[in-house]
Amino acid sequence: MPLLEHTDSGLYCRAADAWIDPSRPVRRALITHAHADHARPGCDEYWAVESSEGVLRQRLGREITLHAMPYGQQFWLNQACVSFHSAGHVLGSAQIRLCVEGEVWVVTGDYKRCADPSCEPFEVVPCDVLITEATFGLPIYSWEPGERVAEQIRAWWKGDQEHPSLLFCYSFGKAQRLMAELHAIGVEDEVLLHGAVETVTRSYRAAGVPMTPSRPVSTISSKDPLAGRLILAPPSAHRSAWMRRFRSPQTAFASGWMAVRGARRRRGYERGFVLSDHADWQGLIRTVLESGASTIYVTHGQNDVLSRFLRERHGLDARPLDQLS
Amino acid sequence: METFATLIDSLDQSTGTTRKVDLIAEHLHAGDAHDNAWSTLLLMGEKRRRLMTGRRLRDVLQACDAIPDWLFEDCQSHVGDSAETLALLWPQLKGAIPPQSVDPTLKQWISTIETHPPLHWWMEQLLPALAALEPQLQSAALLTIWSTLPDERHFLFNKLLTGGFRIGVARGLVVKAIAKGFALEEALVLERLMAPQEPSQCWFEGLTAAPAAERVNRGPVPYPFFLASPLQSDTLRDTPAQDWWVEHKWDGIRGQLIKRESGTYLWSRGEELINEQFPELIEMADSLPDDTVLDGEVICWRVDANRPQPFSDLQRRLGRKSVSRKLREECPICFVAYDLLESQGQDRRSRTLEERLNAMNELLSPMITPRSAGQLRISAGARLSAWETLDTLRHQAVQEGAEGLMLKQMQSPYLSGRKRGPWWKHKRDPMTLDAVLIYAQAGRGRRANLFTDYTFALWDRRSSDPEHHQLVTFAKAYSGLNDREILELDRWIRSNTRERFGPTRAVHPELVFEIGFEGIQPSKRHKCGLAVRFPRILRWRQDRSAESANAITDAMILCDEDHSPQR
Repeated sequence: MPLLEHTDSGLYCRAADAWIDPSRPVRRALITHAHADHARPGCDEYWAVESSEGVLRQRLGREITLHAMPYGQQFWLNQACVSFHSAGHVLGSAQIRLCVEGEVWVVTGDYKRCADPSCEPFEVVPCDVLITEATFGLPIYSWEPGERVAEQIRAWWKGDQEHPSLLFCYSFGKAQRLMAELHAIGVEDEVLLHGAVETVTRSYRAAGVPMTPSRPVSTISSKDPLAGRLILAPPSAHRSAWMRRFRSPQTAFASGWMAVRGARRRRGYERGFVLSDHADWQGLIRTVLESGASTIYVTHGQNDVLSRFLRERHGLDARPLDQLS
Repeated sequence: METFATLIDSLDQSTGTTRKVDLIAEHLHAGDAHDNAWSTLLLMGEKRRRLMTGRRLRDVLQACDAIPDWLFEDCQSHVGDSAETLALLWPQLKGAIPPQSVDPTLKQWISTIETHPPLHWWMEQLLPALAALEPQLQSAALLTIWSTLPDERHFLFNKLLTGGFRIGVARGLVVKAIAKGFALEEALVLERLMAPQEPSQCWFEGLTAAPAAERVNRGPVPYPFFLASPLQSDTLRDTPAQDWWVEHKWDGIRGQLIKRESGTYLWSRGEELINEQFPELIEMADSLPDDTVLDGEVICWRVDANRPQPFSDLQRRLGRKSVSRKLREECPICFVAYDLLESQGQDRRSRTLEERLNAMNELLSPMITPRSAGQLRISAGARLSAWETLDTLRHQAVQEGAEGLMLKQMQSPYLSGRKRGPWWKHKRDPMTLDAVLIYAQAGRGRRANLFTDYTFALWDRRSSDPEHHQLVTFAKAYSGLNDREILELDRWIRSNTRERFGPTRAVHPELVFEIGFEGIQPSKRHKCGLAVRFPRILRWRQDRSAESANAITDAMILCDEDHSPQR
């Protein structure tokens, strides 16, 4: 009997009687990170990393039953020994390690390998079975370091002092990373935030992440043309009524998907900055090899591509997660 | 190439048309005429000989065994463009490339590349020479050039090599930019572009020269065609009916017939010379006076028949370079004239339609004899008497074998390109069938990695028992859904994939779409035995289940109706 199995509600560990990132309300949920497709409301109890508590409560409700654990601390749920380990994806993101009768499984959740000044770095966790994501599992995806991208963004922003610069990015994680990356290359200017970005940013400030100063754009008079200002907003605000407030802004989107020209053009942003919080191709392979796992399950995105490559080139027992019986 | 590459990057980074026009105008204004000629042709996406295939470039890279073939395939179907895929893979693979042997020619090339040579050097010297090398030298040269070029230039370099250079700049945009950059009328630029194009300094200077009295005798060069727009709104009905000329819209190909002392030229709308396919029309034109230019429809039409033959007969002739006697007899050809652009060496395009029609009638009527009638007809038209009669007229036109009606404003000049207002086409409603989505493939360019190329199927027989009937491929369609529907369908396809064949996905046969098309005919090449013209999606029938989609027999009925004179 494998340590983890598929259920209608998601990955289930019988030994711990717990689900990992369940897709519907369950008795007990182990949460890798607070993004909406991983942390859903309505569970009886949640187990997650301490540093994710702020965002988690803000998104799932103040009153949820949450057991907030430090990274690396082992705890027992029934017959399983469980621990959270940093995944480097966003603030408080974790890989989940499960050990039952000496067999170790690790579920990576979303992760990345390159440095990010806004969250804890990825930790290699040795295991027997690894369940990895493969959102960007094609060799065309290869990331440049964050500071290089921050330089490009600064050049784009400073290159137009007559209009506002609207930079679209996911409101939790990417926006704060952008402010941290800009801060790290010496940008001191105040950045303006869409409401959705502002709420999450408060949790990052509370956690002491060093970022450029910021404030909500809503606190500025709508008569101010905001020339030369940088504004961060979620992609859902692109071409929305909210955008009307800005007069002929220059627009850009920061995401790993921006590596491909067609994807960039289709979304209709003028610029695309390639900045991702997921592992690139080399990052995925490196993680699999470093984990020492002999069995790999791959989920999200290019699961069949990555598993086939791992089988053929590295002789590993790798398959898409949906083949986990 | 540096300045052209910068232009391409800036164009890529701008979404507004005005901005793009400005960028191109600035570039062309500042650049060297020889390079500008190349930039212009490349931006307009003029068809060029493909120097090397994407496949060949890929094989060169693959020879280093950096990644398996199937993985390359997956990347390519994700990116949607082979030149871009290679450019994206290069940074990952370059480490695995062994040093290449560099012969003196290659050495010379590399040192020239390092001096940032002009675009025309790449286009005229390097790329053709590279393409002509024997395989082994070519591989070494390509790998060395790739290593020399900065990573961000690979996309452009690969694009130039593989031909198909389309970067989302429409021809019309380039015309606007040239007009703006050199203070010319757009119509004049368009007209000058009708002349043979060549990437030379001389050609570009001619294209952008200050407007002089344009020569009257244009030789074989056609005038730009004026194109009609589909009639959509009822706002026309506020204008007096008598302002409009109504004639049949024939289902042939648009043609411009030029008679000069130097010869006769028949041009298609795609600006191709089609003299060879239609020798009868060239003979017929002998009796026209010199310096006459007619606009009309080329169509198969027997002299004694009261309606033309189907478009498929015309297609049989279009594909041939030499026309056999048998084909001439089976598919007799005719030019239906409907406008006069030039007569007695005078450009008549600024005259009103009324004047042009009168002049055309005067000129052609004496030529229409029982003998010539097979090859030349004057489009029969009339002033519209009342808007209420329009539907009846359209119905009648369709009965007589036309696609529908044309509406032309009597007082309008002959314009260039597609300008809404004076000319409208009012086609019959398309035929429709409800079909089931069975395969999907990712698109290219802007639609890369989105499933936008769909294959639809019909049931092979009517049966309520699913065991007793099967779906048979019927048509492919690419257009008709809006962006929101495309995204929704893309998500559905990803989660309802049954099987994958390379880039194609077989999906659960559940979704029904109403497919519209202009014509349907028997075909041996198609699995269902039928071929349709211009298939497109009219709407997503979310109210219907796959079981209720149409069967082949329904399509057969439409086919019979389409080919019977009673339609």
